[in-house]
Amino acid sequence: MKPIATTRSVTGIPTGRLAIWWVITSEIVIFGGLLASYIMHRLGHEEWAGYAAHTNTLAGGTNTFVLLTSSLTIVLAHKAAEAGDGRKAFRFIWCTIFGGLTFLVIKSLEWTAEIKAGYTITTNNFWSFYYTAAGLHGLHVIAGMIIMGIISFQARRNKELQRVELIGLYWHFVDLVWIFLFPLLYIAK
Amino acid sequence: MSGEHAHAHPNYIKIWAILVFLLLVSVAGPMLEHPIITLITAFGIAFVKAFLVAKHFMHLNIEKKLATYLLCTAVAFMLLFFAGTAPDIMRHEGQNWEHQSAKHETARALKAAEHDPAAH
Repeated sequence: MKPIATTRSVTGIPTGRLAIWWVITSEIVIFGGLLASYIMHRLGHEEWAGYAAHTNTLAGGTNTFVLLTSSLTIVLAHKAAEAGDGRKAFRFIWCTIFGGLTFLVIKSLEWTAEIKAGYTITTNNFWSFYYTAAGLHGLHVIAGMIIMGIISFQARRNKELQRVELIGLYWHFVDLVWIFLFPLLYIAK
Repeated sequence: MSGEHAHAHPNYIKIWAILVFLLLVSVAGPMLEHPIITLITAFGIAFVKAFLVAKHFMHLNIEKKLATYLLCTAVAFMLLFFAGTAPDIMRHEGQNWEHQSAKHETARALKAAEHDPAAH
């Protein structure tokens, strides 16, 4: 028997999914505040265009492609879970985890090159924003990968399949944040 | 969606292909080095991509309106924060105030860039 909190639904939205919407709502305030701060500083300091010229557009673009593709695989996992095919959902979830891992490897190579070139988090305010925003996003990627790993084994046994959709919503939000970080940090030069 | 009646899934691969195409446009557009084109291709397309992900991948189009209201409330607070603080950050002086350190830093950085474009 499940606790009442997982089965009742006053709003018409299942409780777990409602909780994820609340998580995403709070994340909007966190990332929104950070990005809004970046935008106002960027517009107030014309010299930041010169700093932004040193970011690696190819790495940022490749990572955007990787995250968009991982969003596809996790929504396909959700589709499989909804059809009751836990094993197929399991495979798609691990494709998504692989996407997250690829993202982190590219990000690590990119940061290594930038730090070697002398651009660190203490260089100036632009690089502080750059590492803080991308780092906070990276932590969300890692958290998502860990949760997906746990959920995948439940899904393979056809248990708690609704959780595939819940982690999918979170992962799409992580993708959404990057969709805005990419032009702000890599394109506007 | 899970926990309710199953819904018809859109063609996710087609949506992904559109997103990848938009990504290519957003990278190619700014190469023309025209401010308006950069604004449209980089930031305009980011909003289109976000809309597609939210609608088709997060299924906001078939979710209860409450979820959209929640998200929009957070965005509204973010805009309120921006509107309240941006005038003091984006400008370095007003009628009765001057942000000296910001002005000095901008002047210093631009002068340094003139002498050494690779300077940071």
